Amino acid sequence: MSMLEVRNLGISFGGLRAVDNFNIKIEKGQLYGLIGPNGAGKTTLFNLLTGVYKPDKGVILLDGEDITGKKTTDINKAGIARTFQNIRLFKDLSVLDNVKVGLHNSFRYSVLTGILRLPKFRKVEKEMNQKAMELLKVFGLENEAHFVASNLPYGKQRKLEIARALATNPKLLLLDEPAAGMNPNETKELMDTIRFVQKEFDMTILLIEHDMKLVSGICEELTVLNFGQVLTQGETSKVLNDPQVITAYLGE
Amino acid sequence: MKDKFNFLKNSSVKSMFVTYAIVIVAYLVMEALMFTGSVNYLLMDLLVPLCVYSIVAIGLCLCVGYLGELSLGHAGFMCIGAFTSATFSSLTKEFISNEIVAFLLAFVIGTIFAGLFGFLIGIPVLRLRGDYLAIVTLAFGEIIKNIINVLFIGKDSKGIHVAIVDPDALKMEADGKYIINGAKGISGTPHLSNFTIGVILILISLFIVYNLVHSRSGRAVMAIRDNRIAAESVGLNVTGYKLMAFSISAAIAGAGGVLYAHNLSTLTATPANFGYNMSIMILVFVVLGGMRSFRGSIIAAVLLTMLPEMLRGLSDYRMLIYSVVLIAMMLFNWSPKFKELRSKYAGVFKRNKKSKEAV
Repeated sequence: MSMLEVRNLGISFGGLRAVDNFNIKIEKGQLYGLIGPNGAGKTTLFNLLTGVYKPDKGVILLDGEDITGKKTTDINKAGIARTFQNIRLFKDLSVLDNVKVGLHNSFRYSVLTGILRLPKFRKVEKEMNQKAMELLKVFGLENEAHFVASNLPYGKQRKLEIARALATNPKLLLLDEPAAGMNPNETKELMDTIRFVQKEFDMTILLIEHDMKLVSGICEELTVLNFGQVLTQGETSKVLNDPQVITAYLGE
Repeated sequence: MKDKFNFLKNSSVKSMFVTYAIVIVAYLVMEALMFTGSVNYLLMDLLVPLCVYSIVAIGLCLCVGYLGELSLGHAGFMCIGAFTSATFSSLTKEFISNEIVAFLLAFVIGTIFAGLFGFLIGIPVLRLRGDYLAIVTLAFGEIIKNIINVLFIGKDSKGIHVAIVDPDALKMEADGKYIINGAKGISGTPHLSNFTIGVILILISLFIVYNLVHSRSGRAVMAIRDNRIAAESVGLNVTGYKLMAFSISAAIAGAGGVLYAHNLSTLTATPANFGYNMSIMILVFVVLGGMRSFRGSIIAAVLLTMLPEMLRGLSDYRMLIYSVVLIAMMLFNWSPKFKELRSKYAGVFKRNKKSKEAV
């Protein structure tokens, strides 16, 4: 069974068919890339997968479970976590707390336990701190754990977003332009981190990216979107040499 | 690394205990001054209202600073707490002789009703994005005040009668007694509030809000404030947490109302005590206190409530001075230079403590 299977997905905004007849199959543990020119519908597709928009056509199956039309919150609980093209951190919370919010649904105690500071509160908070610090270490953020999130440099904010997404213990991780605004060194480091996450967490990853070095460097398969429709799909090297893709997106 | 966690815990715990300590010290100083008889009657009459405004400001601070929703109707929740608890107290004052038990029961009733109204208002409004809560709570505060002004409740040997607008519709027996008499309000509420109870309620409110904010649920509430879309994407139940925080905020305002009601022998709902102006006034306390600081809210509430009374001798000029002080406080408190200065002094404080610990 595929980790993510999408059949005939489509959505319109007014007269614009933003995504049409979209199909994809991603196997467990795969690192999959989604590329295409600006306005092709890549982020719209992410918003469809995470329930921000409701599709007017098609089916989304996550690990065999139908999640079409569910709410964002429930889709996250079902196992999809994402990052955003324009970073959306909890900017006034500490770096550690950002990750702990991600752990919210895995570590539980009631509101009353928190207010009355019952023993369970201390126990669970300690476990959360440990787990969050482990995640921050993966991204090299352990020394900034007590910084306010908005004070982090740009590259680290992107990493923190990935850490927060991973904290929700997802089956599928969606990364929306993780390398946007990064310099070549930071991008290289990010590539290593993404590969590490794929191996270490046995994670299935779907990413949108414009940086071709990153795409050709780490993605195993690609889908190219153009005007809301799939232009071509397949192995990275084949797709990138496809004349259609070169005309529509890459350029001669 | 373990040390780092401890530091974090300590810093938030420290700030919390500093606030408790300020409240307790202020209480002890006040009690000592009253014992020696160096407090005038004007100030003594102000003590319970000071506690009332501090409590409602704590509640509103949770709503505005931590939930990030503007409420312009906290006087309305205060009103609910005041009238439900005062009704309960007048109905039961013959049966409950112990003052503490009577106040506790009234307190529970008042806070539960205020919280319940907060919850009911929150259900439709907190689903929306934008400033709808401000609009709806503004209307709510006015509606509650006006409804109470035309509400008649009476008690006679047959039981309890309720009527709206027309007191004759109660059809009470001749020896029947009014509990709520329309615009004349509730009279004969037992005088159960005092300064000590007020301070205890402040401490309880602080305990609840501080612990809530520094717990898993409080983190979720602040995450929703900072970025709703991201909060949904990590699986938070946005409406649920907003409702929870708003209900608690309303309940705390209700607790302030309970204290208020049991300080007066006649409780009426007028624009001065439960109207729009009061809601705005409490909002001013919260904003001047620094939006996200419970301690600041209390300090602002105390200073700004005492100021007009202290200036009473200046008669006509007092409101003028009040407004000037308000503007000065606002400019001062938020100016970058003062913030810098404050952090500098805070730094000195911490360094001193560290060096003391080292010794």
